[in-house]
Amino acid sequence: MTDTFYMTEALSICSDAAFEAHLGSLKDMPSWLLDIKREAWARYKALPEPRRKDEQWRFASTDGLSLDPYSYRVPSADPQECARPLLECGGCLDFADDAYIGGRPLYEEAAARGVIFLPLDRALREHPELVRRHLFERMPDLGSEKYQALHVAMFTTGVFLHVPRGVQVELPLAGLHEAVSEGASVFPHTLVVAEEGASVTMFDVFRSREAAARHFACAAADICALPGANIRYRMVQAWSRSSLAFHMNSASAERSSSVDAITINVGAAHVRSEQHGRIVGRGGNVQMHSLTLATGTQEVDQRTLQTHDAGDGHSNLLYKNVLLDKAHTIFSGLIRVAENAQRTDAYQTNRNLLLSPEAEADSLPGLEILANDVKCSHGASTGQLDKEQLYYMLARGLHRSTAQQLMVFGFFEEVLEKFGNEQLAQYVRDLLQESFNAHELLNNSPDAT
Amino acid sequence: MSLNINNLSVSIAERQILKDFNLSVSRGEVHAIMGPNGTGKSTLAKALAAHPDYTVTGGTALLDGAEIIGLEPDAVARLGLFMAFQYPVEIPGVSIANFIRAALTARLKESGGDFSATAYYKALYAQMDALKIPREFTSRSVNVGFSGGEKKRCDILQMAMLKPSYAILDETDSGLDIDALRIVADGVNHMRGPGTGFVIITHYQRLLNYIKPDYVHVMYGGRIVKSGGAELALELEEKGYGWVEKEFGVLV
Ligand SMILES: Nc1ncnc2c1ncn2[C@@H]1O[C@H](COP(=O)(O)OP(=O)(O)OP(=O)(O)O)[C@@H](O)[C@H]1O
Ligand SMILES: [Mg+2]
Repeated sequence: MTDTFYMTEALSICSDAAFEAHLGSLKDMPSWLLDIKREAWARYKALPEPRRKDEQWRFASTDGLSLDPYSYRVPSADPQECARPLLECGGCLDFADDAYIGGRPLYEEAAARGVIFLPLDRALREHPELVRRHLFERMPDLGSEKYQALHVAMFTTGVFLHVPRGVQVELPLAGLHEAVSEGASVFPHTLVVAEEGASVTMFDVFRSREAAARHFACAAADICALPGANIRYRMVQAWSRSSLAFHMNSASAERSSSVDAITINVGAAHVRSEQHGRIVGRGGNVQMHSLTLATGTQEVDQRTLQTHDAGDGHSNLLYKNVLLDKAHTIFSGLIRVAENAQRTDAYQTNRNLLLSPEAEADSLPGLEILANDVKCSHGASTGQLDKEQLYYMLARGLHRSTAQQLMVFGFFEEVLEKFGNEQLAQYVRDLLQESFNAHELLNNSPDAT
Repeated sequence: MSLNINNLSVSIAERQILKDFNLSVSRGEVHAIMGPNGTGKSTLAKALAAHPDYTVTGGTALLDGAEIIGLEPDAVARLGLFMAFQYPVEIPGVSIANFIRAALTARLKESGGDFSATAYYKALYAQMDALKIPREFTSRSVNVGFSGGEKKRCDILQMAMLKPSYAILDETDSGLDIDALRIVADGVNHMRGPGTGFVIITHYQRLLNYIKPDYVHVMYGGRIVKSGGAELALELEEKGYGWVEKEFGVLV
């Protein structure tokens, strides 16, 4: 079915031909956007490849970042190709290979109150000035400038969600970003803006439709809470196990607003996950939680930054990783408190659970505090499953693998219960279970030694 | 059918604790083991339940004819040995309901059986009601933040659900208030019958007023030094262990 999906030829992602084809495919886009894209493409080409000895790439296997196996094709939607609805929600935008393929329209009550929930390319045509005010205003400052430039140059669409002043969107909204054809590259962009006093919940699921396909994803999510607004953003990264992915996210809280962001990593062969939380207005609050299950030879490279540029702000980060087999995780987190950001509360915790002696979890927590009246702490721990807990479960007759899984789910529960949505939590539990099952199969197969 | 422990020797951290320990418990019987602190009662229980810290240096333990020494702890449990711990462990993030269900599923996997969620919860709630454990405990993490007595009751709940053929209760009475003691004893008495053999490790005669043992054993220096009927527990309560040391101290 995917053979007929594209009519255009496959081009190398890094080629000018790919960029020109991309530009040529954009219809009715404002000229300022094309300028931004041209500039970004030039920047992408000019910026050096990251190297392991760069501080922001420490411990990363940068030679795994080659884009050679991936191709670029101009997105084109096949209207027949709708994905199954994933979650009960107040609206869903579904994408396949960066083409909007349908979904569920925003529920009437929210639409009537002026909420805009559209594919980003359509929003650019219908609300160009509104989009322009926010688009690419807050990219993370964590070392992926080159890939940000690529993202800006090549993105076609994504989610645009704008909640007007004072509007509370009760039902969660969802984006489903799938990569479909073999070797495809996708550049999904999510932009969520809640105006003063507004409130909304957004879920993004990123996945490969076929587990056997190989994809390149270069995605960004920009979550922006204006004064007094409240945003809950949850993203699930479930690209195929041979994919390369970049997720470059920013969560920004203005005065007395809050962003509560949760990142789930279960997919990809190699993922670079950047999350930049910013307190830009007094009393802003950013929560950054994450859980990762890494198996096989997966590499999950997590870089986080909590910047406090205004006082009385609060940020709290908890990243929990479970590693099996020869998996590798890197957590590098920094809290940066500006001189004027007094009475800041900022916390950062990374907990790694190693289930295999061959797995490797690197942890680089850091603080950079210029203000003098702050409460900040960071902590990292890497350990194994508690032996007495494991024994207690075995003593009740649970098989070792089941006991380990229950303990891992127990370890993750702290993050899962922050979802505030049982359906999504269950979706993630199922993904984790699938990942475990695949791991079991692999390890119990006759070829395994 | 019985649990036969023959000349079992066990050491921990290079120190020998059990020395040629012998005991035979038939299904349907209740045996009480009493003995001073540090004499090796918990060591016996944990060695049988295959705790990795304990090394069996000699002897055998046959559960209905099957050797359990050398098996993994989960295999021993699935063969039908249950152990209520002196110090039950807290397991954050794992709910009681999921935990017991997983334990039952593990057994069913082997027998190829299945059970419905409705039937499971019905059975679970019935046992919880009998043990006066509030139903909201099902969603609480195993033992996390439980009081001492609640932990013990939670262990007994697991026993009631898993229906073992042999159960070793290691000081399950410690930490229980007077009412809870009676409730737990009722739970054991309820299970008492031809299907299950019990080993009850305790320091206090009080529990044995509620669960009347068929045999009482005095353990000292890593082995049983004296066995008798229920009256032996009363004698110990009265005289303490001083005489045991006098009489048997030279032997061990
Ligand atoms: N991990 C360990 N390392 C070294 N010695 C240990 C360890 N665990 C137990 N022991 C020792 O083994 C001996 C027997 O302990 P055990 O717990 O079996 O005694 P017990 O009869 O159950 O005592 P109590 O009545 O106090 O529960 C004690 O002297 C104890 O200190
Ligand atoms: Mg003991």
